[in-house]
Amino acid sequence: MSYLTITDLQKHYDNYHALRGINLSITEGEFVVFVGPSGCGKSTLLRTIAGLESSTGGTIELDGRDITELASSKRDLAMVFQSYALYPHMTVADNLSFALRLAKVSDAEIQEKVRSVSASLQLDALLERKPKELSGGQRQRVAIGRAIVRQPKVFLFDEPLSNLDAALRVQMRLELARLHKKLGTTMIYVTHDQVEAMTLADRVVILNAGQIEQVGTPLELYRKPNSRFVAEFIGTPKMNLIPADKITHKADELVFDLFGHTIHFPAKRIKGTQPDSTIVGIRPEHLSLVEEGGDLTGRIELVEHLGSEAYAHIQLLNDQTIIVKAAARLELKDGQEVHIKVDVDEIILFDDNNKVISVIPEEA
Amino acid sequence: MKRSITRLLMAPSVILLLAWMIIPLSMTIYFSTIEFSSYNPDQNGFVGWLNFEFFITDPAFISAVSNTLILLLSVLIITVVLGVMLSALIDKPFFGQGMVRVLLISPFFIMPTVNALIWKNMMMNPVYGIFAWISQSLGFEPIDWLSTYPLMSIIIMVSWQWLPFAILVFVTALQSQDTEQKEAAQMDGATGWHIFRYLTIPHLARPIAVVVMIETIFLLAVFAEILVSTGGGPGYDSTNLTYLIYNQALLQFDVAAASAGGLLAVVLANIVAFFLIRAVGKNLTV
Amino acid sequence: MTLNQQRKLKTFITGLFAWTIALILFFPIFWMFITSFKTELQAISIPPSLFFEPTLDNYSEVQERSDYVHHAINSIITSFGSTILALIIAVPAAFSMAFAPGKRTKDVLLWMLSTKMLPAVGVLVPIYMICRDYGLLDSKTALVIIFTLMNLPIVVWMLFSYFKDLPKEILEAARMDGATPWDEVVKVVLPLSMGAISSTALLSIVLCWNESFWSLTLTASDAAPLTAMIASYSSPEGLFWAKLSAASTLACAPIVVFGWFCQKQLVQGLTFGAVK
Repeated sequence: MSYLTITDLQKHYDNYHALRGINLSITEGEFVVFVGPSGCGKSTLLRTIAGLESSTGGTIELDGRDITELASSKRDLAMVFQSYALYPHMTVADNLSFALRLAKVSDAEIQEKVRSVSASLQLDALLERKPKELSGGQRQRVAIGRAIVRQPKVFLFDEPLSNLDAALRVQMRLELARLHKKLGTTMIYVTHDQVEAMTLADRVVILNAGQIEQVGTPLELYRKPNSRFVAEFIGTPKMNLIPADKITHKADELVFDLFGHTIHFPAKRIKGTQPDSTIVGIRPEHLSLVEEGGDLTGRIELVEHLGSEAYAHIQLLNDQTIIVKAAARLELKDGQEVHIKVDVDEIILFDDNNKVISVIPEEA
Repeated sequence: MKRSITRLLMAPSVILLLAWMIIPLSMTIYFSTIEFSSYNPDQNGFVGWLNFEFFITDPAFISAVSNTLILLLSVLIITVVLGVMLSALIDKPFFGQGMVRVLLISPFFIMPTVNALIWKNMMMNPVYGIFAWISQSLGFEPIDWLSTYPLMSIIIMVSWQWLPFAILVFVTALQSQDTEQKEAAQMDGATGWHIFRYLTIPHLARPIAVVVMIETIFLLAVFAEILVSTGGGPGYDSTNLTYLIYNQALLQFDVAAASAGGLLAVVLANIVAFFLIRAVGKNLTV
Repeated sequence: MTLNQQRKLKTFITGLFAWTIALILFFPIFWMFITSFKTELQAISIPPSLFFEPTLDNYSEVQERSDYVHHAINSIITSFGSTILALIIAVPAAFSMAFAPGKRTKDVLLWMLSTKMLPAVGVLVPIYMICRDYGLLDSKTALVIIFTLMNLPIVVWMLFSYFKDLPKEILEAARMDGATPWDEVVKVVLPLSMGAISSTALLSIVLCWNESFWSLTLTASDAAPLTAMIASYSSPEGLFWAKLSAASTLACAPIVVFGWFCQKQLVQGLTFGAVK
């Protein structure tokens, strides 16, 4: 059953339409990540749910109650801000207990809650410090603790890890995942980092230009994107996109002529009418380097060694560069000519409107 | 916050300042057009522009306006130029920085009347002053500053008050200058002068705007220094508009002429403000 | 010379230079202070005497002649009183302009500052007459009101430029934590702004203490603050430099010492956020 339901949510600024009819339902206990490029409306959506921005249309319901017009403080939500927004003039203990004190909770109860939250976040030793005496990671934990202590119905996170350095970010990401498992509370998390989205989310909401582009589990989005936007946004390195405008239609297959090479694609995997031109999308790990034969040829421009694997940037005959995932210890020299094998089963086709027109084999 | 609450919170400040501006100003306008003297308050008929004519044609007026402007511009130039140069020179760590700051800012806290008295007597007195003693020790004739160079003496006093302020503002601003930028410029082969000209000066644009604006507000209204030291003289050589009007109103009791003069001072201030805001305004916008 | 030696030399020269400027600029104040402990004869001796037996006679004479304590109290009442008043009026205005800016907020601010550009002398006559008609000549009330209005624009502007730099997220966090607008101001904004409010107050106090247009034109004796008391020493009745210095030292010492302690905040405050 839907716990948080957003219906046709609109947000107009003076001359800017930030949210263009958002429809979304979130079940209790879910970890939902809003992701998208900057300016896509993900933060506005989160802030509108929080009540920090007013909506100009549509409704938000939480646990059967319409909260669209409710003040932030009455919504039973807690938010963790990008800058942490700790109260600089209060100690960690006071930061944690501020909301409880405002709510006139008894001292004994406040102490008990602060104690248990600080214990679970390893903040015990820091309770008497001021925020400026804390490291970035510690501040982050205080900000999270401040949210937990209130036992809200939903946690909202606004790019909470973007101010941390890379190593700490990975560690905090894990801690957040653990926290979600432990508390089981609904969490909504905004980020522009698709790795965070993929690793944390039960479901990912991809936003683009104020609209929801696609909603799904991380794997769904990765394997079955609806559009070129989603396909390109999810996955590092990015999906390779090769235009194919010479297509020969045969009885049960399409033959793409890619500058001298051909790729045979089963016609039954095309949804709708058979296209005359298309864009072939293929992820780097579905391409491989082969001694001879192969579906494509190109010259190595540059190789990025990551230790466990390597990414070869290869210039095709049409001067386009594609990325191929290769075994780490393969001897590859710049300028060397290589043959590339394409895993046709993993190809995704896009039409001129950047919509996906193919399905993956098991569904065909 | 709702608009109505916002308005309510702003109302006291806005209403008070509006009253502070409009009531006396309209009274000044009224007085400036009638014949009015504190000696015979019954005689007050409408005389139109007569008071303005009287005030403007007074030879003192022209010299007061020019003295006001000379004072303003000289002090601005002295404090900004010297301030920028000196602050750039001392913008490195050295022994006793904190103490130097304290010594530097001190003149800013000295009240204008005391400022004028110290300079008039102990510094510039032609017989017993420090300046006289220095000139004599060097074999020169001592100068009677206040009667020979009255306006310059005032400029020195006022600059002494405001130079420390300028230096401190600029030094504080320089501390926020990007050191990596300077280091990059050094690697690019920039000399100290280049760094000063192309990095430091642009960095100081906003602080300079602020210093110019604040100083202008106070410099147009210089009064006590003149009252206490030269009394506007000799003749009208060191009389500025403020002092002239004070003189007219409270010493000669010519309220009407003083009001006309007051309005002219307002006009002058507006002209200066206009140019000032055009020159530095864009650096002030927040 | 090694690079290291060069650097040390540079630091030394910078320091020498800075100290020279500071001492030259401070000299008049130092000289005033020294002179206040001299006899009148020593005060005008040429060459100037640096070593002498200090006397406190001048100070007691100043108190006798012009009742220093009376004027000092006037100065304290007018500068602190008007500062407190100005803050009470300005804090709500600056708060609403910083946190709920409208389209015309910037215009209102510039207008406020422009009233500060209005020369006092332009309204001298009416203010003088209003005070005369309401019996406010030579009264502290009049000075407090005028000082308040005089400094209000600067106080509003300084507080505004500080408030607007407060991170908005902190207020939003408070709102999420259940704070009412009143809680926001009292429990978050004010505690966070104590630094700004106190440096604004400091500046306002300094400006009032040293204000010498209205205090000289509107007061005579009862309400005369220290600026007016000192002005009475300007009359050419002979060379009483030692007494003059003692009076000056007394008039300036409180605010100078006060300023020394707060100079850092003061400079930062005065630059309207131009310097961070």
